Amino acid sequence: MSSDPVLEVRGLHVEIPTTRGVVHAVDGASFTLERGGVLGLVGESGCGKTMTLRAILGLLPHPARIVSGEVLYDGVDLVRASKAALRDVRGRAISFIFQEPMTALNPVMRVGAQIAEGPQRHIGYSRSEAHVRALELMRVVGIPDPEQRAQAWPHELSGGMRQRVMIAIALACGPKVVLCDEPTTALDVTIQDQILKLLLALRDEFGASIVFVTHDLAVVAQTCRNVAVMYAGEVIETGSVADVFREPHHPYTLGLLRSVPDFENVGEVLEPIPGAPPDLVRPPSGCRFHPRCAFVQDDCRSGAFPLREHGGRATSCIHHEVAIESVREHSVIPGG
Amino acid sequence: MEFKVRDSVGRRLRRLPPEILRAVDGVDLTIGRGEALGLVGESGCGKSTIARCIVGLYKPTAGEVRFNGAVLQRERSERRHMQIVFQDPYSSLNPRMTVRQVLAELLRVHEMVPAGQIDARCRELIDLVGLGSQCLHAHPRQLSGGQRQRVSIARALALEPELLVADEPVSALDVSVQANVLNLLERLREQLGLTLLFIAHNLAVVRHVCDRVAVMYLGRIVEEASTEELFSSPRHPYTQGLLKAIPRLVPGRASGAVAVAGDPPSPIHPPSGCRFHPRCPLAQPVCHEQDPALVAGPGASAHLAACHFAWTAAPAAHRPEVELEAGGAA
Repeated sequence: MSSDPVLEVRGLHVEIPTTRGVVHAVDGASFTLERGGVLGLVGESGCGKTMTLRAILGLLPHPARIVSGEVLYDGVDLVRASKAALRDVRGRAISFIFQEPMTALNPVMRVGAQIAEGPQRHIGYSRSEAHVRALELMRVVGIPDPEQRAQAWPHELSGGMRQRVMIAIALACGPKVVLCDEPTTALDVTIQDQILKLLLALRDEFGASIVFVTHDLAVVAQTCRNVAVMYAGEVIETGSVADVFREPHHPYTLGLLRSVPDFENVGEVLEPIPGAPPDLVRPPSGCRFHPRCAFVQDDCRSGAFPLREHGGRATSCIHHEVAIESVREHSVIPGG
Repeated sequence: MEFKVRDSVGRRLRRLPPEILRAVDGVDLTIGRGEALGLVGESGCGKSTIARCIVGLYKPTAGEVRFNGAVLQRERSERRHMQIVFQDPYSSLNPRMTVRQVLAELLRVHEMVPAGQIDARCRELIDLVGLGSQCLHAHPRQLSGGQRQRVSIARALALEPELLVADEPVSALDVSVQANVLNLLERLREQLGLTLLFIAHNLAVVRHVCDRVAVMYLGRIVEEASTEELFSSPRHPYTQGLLKAIPRLVPGRASGAVAVAGDPPSPIHPPSGCRFHPRCPLAQPVCHEQDPALVAGPGASAHLAACHFAWTAAPAAHRPEVELEAGGAA
């Protein structure tokens, strides 16, 4: 793998104190975003992917907090950065696109003004300069009649339009990195298609790198070059999408791929993963996935399972050859 | 058994008079006994409204629902023949009742079994959906999303319906759990001879579960065919766009052109002529003026489409052009 990382997350730990105990929401997440790359951060609900993304910019909801780990951007560790330094990075060098535009947008501010806010605050644009920039961005993200629409309130726009406004806001200051938290999950499939293609086209044009959090494996397949799979607060596998989807090196990744009804590959029976994700207050000992794993062995039940690199990809499974064997017998992707 | 819905206007009136939102605007739908019919479409197309009209949660403004040839009455004894499972497992179960209480109440009120057998029947039902009997004593908050959805299915089955309406039953569930519920629905169809109306926006799921599919757009059915026929040769430009828009699991980047441009129009002020014409790549002047009827193709009486050119133009390619990335590390 070429190594020109623009963002590196190393050993991130996020805890949430609750009345039941401490929830280890993110328990040692590590991954790298290549310059110009699109990284999918994928997993099911509760796996910690949203918390990880928010932790990068210090946007964790109270009382969640980062307890250890590093987030390296441009030589700076954002975890240990001062509030001022973080504010400088946020929205300018690294921006965020939220899942629900209706809650992320200010309901009592016209959309044009919301797009213009960033340039005014971060890069010293005057009001009129920022307004011009906002109109330009609206055009770029495909909002028709920008002069008129800039005066609209968020609630007057459709879901797809609001998400385009969010993208415009995220791009306003020319960021190097855009963090997307399930930006299309709430959208209809034809609108999702429009937004995904827009994001990729803009990435090409603006030269930004993207981290894309989602639970939808097909979206990752079509949009991302690399992928990091999360389970129970940990990153359990990384690699290129082409490699990982054709030959997963972790039984959880394999299970996930087998349980998804793919449109092209209408198999006879879908194979769910037995059991349920673990309690993050008292996670299982050893490999967190072992209670549900079809290939579990004795040495999976205790010890630590960090990501191990080999051949440009990594997995935390010490018996990953069984996953490979399973795929050889019965491939996940047709022709894969 | 035939199940006909003739529905003219949905019941949603806006606060600001006199605008009317026609959620469902002239839909004829027939479901054969033992069939699994998929109803697909995006937000606002009217599919959930139809579901609720069928089970009696809404009273259609015009038109009728017929069951087994006779117009459906509003009495409880009639309505038990069709039951519904909702999308959100977190809000569709009474949080203050245990699973057993939910099932027992239904069995008792509808006198499904003699009082002495209610317990045994509850156990049978919970077993039918693949849950252990300890779930009977749980409250919904103690169960996972997938388990709650199974409880909803058990609840629907308690009244031994002939028709099960599933309104996006797996959309709110995690991917690896969806498979469980889908497999369960298939098993129940075989075991109990259930007829299924499956509403979803995820076409991959529909393809997996249904025998026939109807595609809705803005309150109308725009295409209807057997599942394989619809997915292999879609005739309506909206269906073609919908299929093109679905992301596939095969790694590769879809090419730049979007599947369907523009935004869905307002159902309060639908476009003139064909409702899809503002977004249709094939739109002609006739499309602005005349609303196409849902008609069958020549010799293909089971495949219907509502487009002036459905049966004249050859079906357009509906697979996205995919550039496959070279395998290996980037």
